[in-house]
Amino acid sequence: MWRDALVVAGKDLRIEARAKVGLNQVVPYSMVVLLLFGFAFDQDRPLLQQAAPGLFWMAVLFAGLLAVQRSFSVEAADGAMDGLRMSGLDPAGVFLGKAVAVAAQLVALEALLTVGVVVLFHTQLAGAGLLAATAVLATACVAGAGTAYGALSMGLRVRETLLPMLLAPVLAPVVLSATEAWRAALGLSTGGGWRWLGLLAAFAAIYLAGGAVGFGALMEET
Amino acid sequence: MLPAVRLRSAVALVGRYPVLAGADLDLDRGEVVVLRGANGAGKTSLLRVLAGLLPLVAGEASVLGFDPGAEPRRLRPLVGLLGHRNGLYDDLSARENVRFAVRAARLGPGAVDGALDRLGLLGRLSEVPAGRLSAGQRRRVALACLVARAPKLWLLDEPHAGLDAEHRSLLDALLDEVAGAGASIVLASHEELPPELASRRTVHMAGGTVVEGPAAPVAPGTGHPAGVPVVPAGAEAPRVA
Repeated sequence: MWRDALVVAGKDLRIEARAKVGLNQVVPYSMVVLLLFGFAFDQDRPLLQQAAPGLFWMAVLFAGLLAVQRSFSVEAADGAMDGLRMSGLDPAGVFLGKAVAVAAQLVALEALLTVGVVVLFHTQLAGAGLLAATAVLATACVAGAGTAYGALSMGLRVRETLLPMLLAPVLAPVVLSATEAWRAALGLSTGGGWRWLGLLAAFAAIYLAGGAVGFGALMEET
Repeated sequence: MLPAVRLRSAVALVGRYPVLAGADLDLDRGEVVVLRGANGAGKTSLLRVLAGLLPLVAGEASVLGFDPGAEPRRLRPLVGLLGHRNGLYDDLSARENVRFAVRAARLGPGAVDGALDRLGLLGRLSEVPAGRLSAGQRRRVALACLVARAPKLWLLDEPHAGLDAEHRSLLDALLDEVAGAGASIVLASHEELPPELASRRTVHMAGGTVVEGPAAPVAPGTGHPAGVPVVPAGAEAPRVA
């Protein structure tokens, strides 16, 4: 399974390195989203700083949707999903490989968005350990659930609109938990951030384990 | 020795539409069979059933000793399917597409160059992204992926589509070589075939059923060829030498 995951992740990341869809489209889009949030709250700088963690994770969620759609559009374009099914690759490995590739792109994006939040929203970074651990777990949640739902919606004509509709409610608790953990790390709330981190770890375990177990059936339905 | 393919009264649905309506087929190891039939006759569906991609709702199937509906993951690595689409990644080069197929099949990297060479893709062409290749070149890359994997059963849906005369001959020679090495081939085509392939056993399909020999008209309202009885499950299908 892990070997197959590496093969699939390597293939997806190589495609992304060639196509540069993330660099040329997803990154600028996410920065524009941050900028628009900044315009919307510009008159109220304290409110903007309070809302910065939530705005950051909303931008990551939007970018995650695009990354997942891209991950499955390359499989649909020339019937490559049949090739994956015929290849003998372990479906759990295919799931983990695609999720790892999406996660790797999101982590790079989050690093850029963090710079954006600091520059645009004048956020003072603190609690680096909690910030980083939250980012890792929340990214695993977005990539895991996104990959599972991406496969679910892949065979459907309305997949571009269906995927956000299916995925947003599933990831709502993830955005909430990540936002609260970041607020705690940045000293914007008095709650314990590590509590939210535990919740994120549980969500990540559920989404990744569920996706790995169920991906074979999802591939057969596409 | 078990036959490569044994289908009996195979019924398959796409949605609620019966794309196979009681098809029977036998294929020995190392045998080549050419599927003929009009558009919608069920050729592609038959290939997908044999690949374990389309389940049967009735009837029996055995492919390379496996039930394709119950054991698709054991069967599929032994089967190479070339469908209407090539299954290539546009942003990867021809070499990278073949390399991915080889790595996915847990084969050594040595198979890559040999396959590219066999399809005339070594050199500059192997480094061009598949999305920038012509239709015929893309077809050859897809065939190179199959050559590299060396499956025991080749399922080819209009494999000559997009190929020029030179590469049609190359494909025909390749198929002769593959069959000579003991692999079985089911080739669906409604194009005029070269003498070597045209002389192979030909099976006609109509209305989701298989008719050995010349095509028969479909009896109105039955979905079956007129005058051809549906072979009950477990019975021997008619064979043409």
